Amino acid sequence: MGSTVTTANTVGKTWDGGNEPLGASYGKLMMWFFIVSDALTFSGFLAAYGFSRFKFIETWPLADEVFTHFPFAHGVAAPMYYVALMTFILIFSSVTMVLAVDAGHQMKQGKVAFYMFLTIIGGLIFVGSQAWEWKNFIHGEYGAIETKGGSLLQFVDATGKRVALEEFADTSIPKEREQLTRGKAKWFMEEGSLPTYSVEQIQAGFKSHPDLLVRIETINSAETVANTKGLNENPALNSPKHKLILSRAESEKRLADATIVVEGANLQRNEYGSKLFADFFFFITGFHGFHVFSGVLINIIIFINVLLGTYEKRRTYEMVEKVGLYWHFVDLVWVFVFTFFYLV
Amino acid sequence: MSHEHVSNTKRIWFVFGLLSVVTTIEVILGIQKPEFLHMTNFLGMNLLNWIFIILTIYKAYYIVWAFMHMEGETPALRRAVVWTVIFLILYLVFILLTEGHYVFGVFRDATIKWNF
Repeated sequence: MGSTVTTANTVGKTWDGGNEPLGASYGKLMMWFFIVSDALTFSGFLAAYGFSRFKFIETWPLADEVFTHFPFAHGVAAPMYYVALMTFILIFSSVTMVLAVDAGHQMKQGKVAFYMFLTIIGGLIFVGSQAWEWKNFIHGEYGAIETKGGSLLQFVDATGKRVALEEFADTSIPKEREQLTRGKAKWFMEEGSLPTYSVEQIQAGFKSHPDLLVRIETINSAETVANTKGLNENPALNSPKHKLILSRAESEKRLADATIVVEGANLQRNEYGSKLFADFFFFITGFHGFHVFSGVLINIIIFINVLLGTYEKRRTYEMVEKVGLYWHFVDLVWVFVFTFFYLV
Repeated sequence: MSHEHVSNTKRIWFVFGLLSVVTTIEVILGIQKPEFLHMTNFLGMNLLNWIFIILTIYKAYYIVWAFMHMEGETPALRRAVVWTVIFLILYLVFILLTEGHYVFGVFRDATIKWNF
């Protein structure tokens, strides 16, 4: 509330200067300016994500197959639970922030400090959770094959359940080459880490496991099946709005075109599907995480000032209000990221 | 603008409860994906996605109005922020999604295969 700072009586002075139509202090107005521009930045990102998703609407990865991890629950597919937990943490830290602002209005230094502290803890937990989410995303779970044409092949068993590369790769075949490191060559020669298995090992392993099938990126619907005529998809395993599973013969044909083994995700390719998916994930959640991180830093600065009694001396806790605006904005952005990355 | 700074604690906890309930509903729907919502299309999108987006905007409203205290600002400030942002975002989203859908059609109907 700007009224804590602006005290001028503005009645009947419309044209005489000193009028304050917005009734907010300079600092708060500037925070609103920043928030508006930042909101437009984020909507630019999310709209670009929407653009790419509409462009590849029939092959976009399904979020509930990608984000399935939960701490201490290994091998259990738990879609959405973890990110829901993160959402609750952020909403709760928003609540403690607004409680701090509320306590500031009543000039209760101790209460403000306590709620600011909780807010900082909540922010740190959120950033940590995001790091864990990134770790799982980068590390991957099943692995996949990229074909000559740039599409992605994943593997399922006879019941349609996903199968990891390590479960069938034929490691009796030697890999085509060793990892190049500085120790084995000149000091300036090295390369990015090679995949665990080579394409030949995967192809041989697939041949020796006759129950394995290939799953392609295309999402099953009446339309996509009509568009991909001649594609011998597997009617028994396929259900609507899931990725298409091919017949064994078609699977072998597709796998013959394999060029690269993909494990996990990086900015070039990822095992989940469309290459842009990982790029947008890293960029948007990364940019949001950066906002949370800088929000925590600003909160810490304000927290220290609360402890030092700076705002007691000023007789106003407006600074807490301003940083609160920023913090709620970060929460607001997450609400949208949550919807468009994990739900829709 | 409330000049007398009464404590709003009750409202804050109410909004927290509301946001939690809405998030829980979203998560339950997202996990279960009820068939009749997921498979029914309305204006180019299935009903489930419409529900998610409407609930998100509902949550955004409460965050901005209650937590960012937009309800206490002057109408001029409120409109300057909210109308500007809503107009620009609708404009941007409309253009990019329309274009994205068009490019999708180009890829689908082209004689050249892009991804195989």
